[in-house]
Amino acid sequence: MIVQALAFYLFAAVTVAAAVMVISARNPVHSVLFLILAFFNAAGLFVLMGAEFLAMILIVVYVGAVAVLFLFVVMMLDIGVTELRQGFLQYLPIGGTVGLVLLAELVMIAGGWLIAPEIASNRAFPTPPMAEISNTAAIGRILYTDYIYLFQAAGMVLLVAMVGAIVLSHRKREGVRKQRISDQVARRGADTIELKKIQPGTGI
Amino acid sequence: MFEIGLSHYLTVAAVLFTLGIFGIFLNRKNVIIILMSIELILLAVNINLVAFSVHLGDMVGQIFAMLVLTVASAEAAIGLAIIVVYFRNRGTIAVEDINLMKG
Repeated sequence: MIVQALAFYLFAAVTVAAAVMVISARNPVHSVLFLILAFFNAAGLFVLMGAEFLAMILIVVYVGAVAVLFLFVVMMLDIGVTELRQGFLQYLPIGGTVGLVLLAELVMIAGGWLIAPEIASNRAFPTPPMAEISNTAAIGRILYTDYIYLFQAAGMVLLVAMVGAIVLSHRKREGVRKQRISDQVARRGADTIELKKIQPGTGI
Repeated sequence: MFEIGLSHYLTVAAVLFTLGIFGIFLNRKNVIIILMSIELILLAVNINLVAFSVHLGDMVGQIFAMLVLTVASAEAAIGLAIIVVYFRNRGTIAVEDINLMKG
């Protein structure tokens, strides 16, 4: 029990510290790296809760895909580091006020609620015991049967996002020689070859 | 203290959420940091969903956390594509300079 508590406090502290560094780091590349650290430790929290499939998905999707995408964009855009930090203190008071009010509200909610006693009968899909079936298999049994439409809608969202990102960032550049297959196929001999009758002994 | 319950996870999620909001207000020069703050907010939401799912013994919370993850990655891809296009056209990604539409 004490090991679990220590692991929780370690993961939670590192997650929060990394989140603080994400929003306050001077260099955007450092922000991305701290974001990766925050996601790793959040995955540790998920494992601690017993949701190991989501923890692994979090690492694969966020660290493997989203954070690398952020890194690519940060390194691709030529942004000056120093000029980005100007005005940092200017927005500190209003940002701090909003953040503190929000945190106070959340803490008040967290301190003032309790779970209804009849909630156990409202469960849609009770978690099967860990000894019988693993977390991954339990999620798969629900996701591919009862939530198949949501699953397919998620796939459609990803497809549209991919097409949208390609359409947005693709550009036609002038002066680049590329193969145009339609032009090649549509080319006829009559368009390109011209026969001329030339008298012997004269030029064209 | 050593009994880790639901409220501990909710506290971590609340702090992460607040940090995300704070980051949006703080960074007026860099849209990429704002996108990262949104990722932090979505991570806090995911922690909430999984914590309630485990505490109440209902698997649906984890399914929904997965869907939130999907939407978050789609949002990051589209947002970064928009930032790249904007930087190509205007040469800056500072929030204060994005005032073309006078909104």
